Amino acid sequence: MNLLDLSGTLLLIAFIAYLLAILLFGGAIRHKQRDVSTSNKHWGNAAMVVTIIGFISNVLYFITRWIYAEHAPVSNMFEFATAFGMFIVGAFLIMYWMYRLATLGIVALSIAVLLIAFASMFPSDVTPLIPALKSYWLTIHVITTVIGEAILAMSAVAGLVYLLKTVSFKKPSKERFWLEVVMYSLVVVIGFVVVTAIFSSMHYDAEFSYIDTEQQQVEIAYNTPPLFGMHESRALTPERMQPLMDMPASINAKKLTTVVWSFIVGTILYGLLRLFCRKPLAQVVQPLVKQTNITLMDEIGYRAVLIGFPVFTLGALVFAMIWAQEAWTRFWAWDPKEVWALITWLFYAAFLHLRLSKGWEGKKSAWLAVIGFAIIMFNFVAVNLIIAGLHSYAE
Amino acid sequence: MKKIVCACSYENPEGTQLCAQCGRPLTKEDEEKKVVDMRYDGTAIRSKTYKTSFIDRIWNFFSSVKVGVSLIVITLVLAAIGTFLPQIMFVSVPPGMETIDVYEEKYGFFGKAYYVLGFSNIYASWWFQTIVGMLAVSIIIASLDRGIPLYKALKHQRVRRHASFMKRQRLVSETVEDEKQAAETFELAEQTLKSMRYHVKREQGALLAEKGRFSRFGPYINHVGLIIFISGVMLRLMPGFYVDESLWVREGETTAIPGVEGYYIKNNQFILETYDEKDLKGQDSERVEQAINTRAKNYQTDVTLYKEDGTPLAGDTADLQKIGQYSIQVNKPLKYDGFALYQTDFKQDELKTMTFDLVNKTSKKSLGQITIDLRNPKKEYVINKQTKVALQKYYPDFTEFKDGEPQTASSIPNNPAFIFKMITPEQPKGETSFVAIRQTLEPFGETTYKMKFQSVETRDASNLTVRKDKTLPILLVGGIIFMIGVTMGSYWSHRRIWLQRTEDGRVLLAAHTNKNWFSMKKDVSEVCTSAHLTDYHDQLEEREKQ
Repeated sequence: MNLLDLSGTLLLIAFIAYLLAILLFGGAIRHKQRDVSTSNKHWGNAAMVVTIIGFISNVLYFITRWIYAEHAPVSNMFEFATAFGMFIVGAFLIMYWMYRLATLGIVALSIAVLLIAFASMFPSDVTPLIPALKSYWLTIHVITTVIGEAILAMSAVAGLVYLLKTVSFKKPSKERFWLEVVMYSLVVVIGFVVVTAIFSSMHYDAEFSYIDTEQQQVEIAYNTPPLFGMHESRALTPERMQPLMDMPASINAKKLTTVVWSFIVGTILYGLLRLFCRKPLAQVVQPLVKQTNITLMDEIGYRAVLIGFPVFTLGALVFAMIWAQEAWTRFWAWDPKEVWALITWLFYAAFLHLRLSKGWEGKKSAWLAVIGFAIIMFNFVAVNLIIAGLHSYAE
Repeated sequence: MKKIVCACSYENPEGTQLCAQCGRPLTKEDEEKKVVDMRYDGTAIRSKTYKTSFIDRIWNFFSSVKVGVSLIVITLVLAAIGTFLPQIMFVSVPPGMETIDVYEEKYGFFGKAYYVLGFSNIYASWWFQTIVGMLAVSIIIASLDRGIPLYKALKHQRVRRHASFMKRQRLVSETVEDEKQAAETFELAEQTLKSMRYHVKREQGALLAEKGRFSRFGPYINHVGLIIFISGVMLRLMPGFYVDESLWVREGETTAIPGVEGYYIKNNQFILETYDEKDLKGQDSERVEQAINTRAKNYQTDVTLYKEDGTPLAGDTADLQKIGQYSIQVNKPLKYDGFALYQTDFKQDELKTMTFDLVNKTSKKSLGQITIDLRNPKKEYVINKQTKVALQKYYPDFTEFKDGEPQTASSIPNNPAFIFKMITPEQPKGETSFVAIRQTLEPFGETTYKMKFQSVETRDASNLTVRKDKTLPILLVGGIIFMIGVTMGSYWSHRRIWLQRTEDGRVLLAAHTNKNWFSMKKDVSEVCTSAHLTDYHDQLEEREKQ
């Protein structure tokens, strides 16, 4: 077994531990207030032990992969997503140490589990770095940024708990609708994982040639049945399914296909869950947050932004600019990912000003925290996959 | 100026909400509140006080948080729009094509509209920069509007506040105690607070404990940092502060560095390395194997840097003083005397020289060889007294004939073509021949001799970016000040605990913090326990429960 296999096993252990910890945390907060004293404590302690074991294993994955690859494992989609999941668990542990709240654990670990599952849908082999990434600033810039984002994500975790507790499900409302949209989008991520895992286990491979924006003929391999074809595509593996329609050259139809597949499978899954539970998913998980002190949850959400904002600024803007000056010859290049980092920063700056001066606390603040996380995820997923730019080598 | 006289007879400036001396609420609104607004310690804020004159209105506009946040959101939205399609600087426009057509061809009608609306160069547009400028003004004015009064208010705070101030704080506690008990309470409270690193001030029957006041100035300090940063960015527009040039230099050549006078650079060698089997580390996936020999490992130009000695004639490279030899790599620019040279691009195997044989077509006998330096061709190449070749015309990047005249696309020898006049003992008047790669024309009739292609020599060329940015130290200082400010404001909180004994025999406790009430409550709890006071209650949480 070489170091890379070991590192993969450690990640799997972490993943399983997190799943187990979610169940244990569920046990810790399900009980009624009456029998809280002993039973809850046991469940809660067990959950924390398992979480810590998972986190240690996760950190060991990170270290072993780093040693093997000889560069910080944050250079592609797989590595970045797993690192993000790991640091979210780390941020949760810090928050738990400060506030001792099990409800945070359920949401934080669920997000971490989804991220790691998402990550494992991308190629996990170690590829050597291209010259533009060969710098110690890769380590400093990306790790600081991802730690900042993980702490900021904790505010969304607290915000989500706050909303689940306070939004009324008795009658339809905008809030109820949007909260359900959040739940739905989490199911779509599962849809992505399911559809990718199914077709990759079948070794699905369909090759096409197409004409790109530079009018060159190039080839592409689909790993899911092609719903959409690339610009003027021609099948090279004829026994496979033909695309339903071709896309213009400016649209990457392969990625579009994956996205649409995720939505299709996600929607089916969501429909099945609804049929099974007979109520909105948000309402299904609501009992888990029943015991939550919402004032405290609001404060945790704010605190997470306060702690995460400077770290994010340092990593995603300050260190990024210093590195850009070395690598790109200028500290700011208006590259899409860079612009979205600025957008994230501006968003949280607006969050802080609204909270301090306009008194946007409670629900408003919780919604902002959730939107902030959506922006971070957009920058991480969509900007990487859809918008090409100087950062697009990080695939 | 109008003054508001408080019940304690202190004269407060107009606009004050809580008396600076005793803390009594001065407006009806504040009197009715259960918990007073402590944001600027109830001091008079200019923008909230004067609202009539033109200057007031401008001031109030920019100091408004609503306006500030709106500007942030507008900047955010515009920045996002700019990422929908690649910006102009990332789009390559082929010669003979308009940028708008490139957008239309690649992205259809949406692309055309995007270009026409100016979104394709949004960050350089006057309206985007105006919004950012307004944001900067807003930062300055809002900071002055709030920061200065807050500083004064916190500097001159009194220890004893009026009971009406105390009971309108979020965390309060009330205990009935006699004089002796109270004295003991104050002693115990002071000890506890000091052990928690509060600064404690005492007056007759009153106590003020304070911690982390500096954190209140964090936001104003980070705003100063931002303003310094933005000024630095604007300074780049001034001539001399910022140089952005680029140069191509071929292996073996020496070129003046544009933008930095007096410096010359010689390209000794360009190196391109790719990853090999060793870098795989035994992984056997297809993806990794594809990287072998295709994925770049290193782009590097080995150079010698020279400086002019004195002021020689332009173009004279004779008295250059060697400074040193360097290797420029991606991520490792050469930095010298305030400028930097970056490895940006390269071209491999550019033609350097071409060698031809002057051959008699029938006898196949050669009269000799000439070698043409394609960057610096000579007018005439002499083989011996009777034999020479004159280079009448040179087209380094030959494309086609237009009206019988050969055309060149550039001065780079991508596809060189020549018009030679061959003077030989047989043809002393000379014969004319047009020679390009795989093409020979004899425009003035058939010739006895021809220029037979022999060989080429190639070399690599490096594209280096020249950058000089005198604003970088300013930006760095701005960034550091911002980080200090934002850290002060985020990681520390300003906590205050007031304690006083009223004339009717009660000990009142009140506490305030600007954030992190969770920890504040722990502190207050500890004081209440150790000083034998009734435990606090949280007036905001109470209200929520009702």
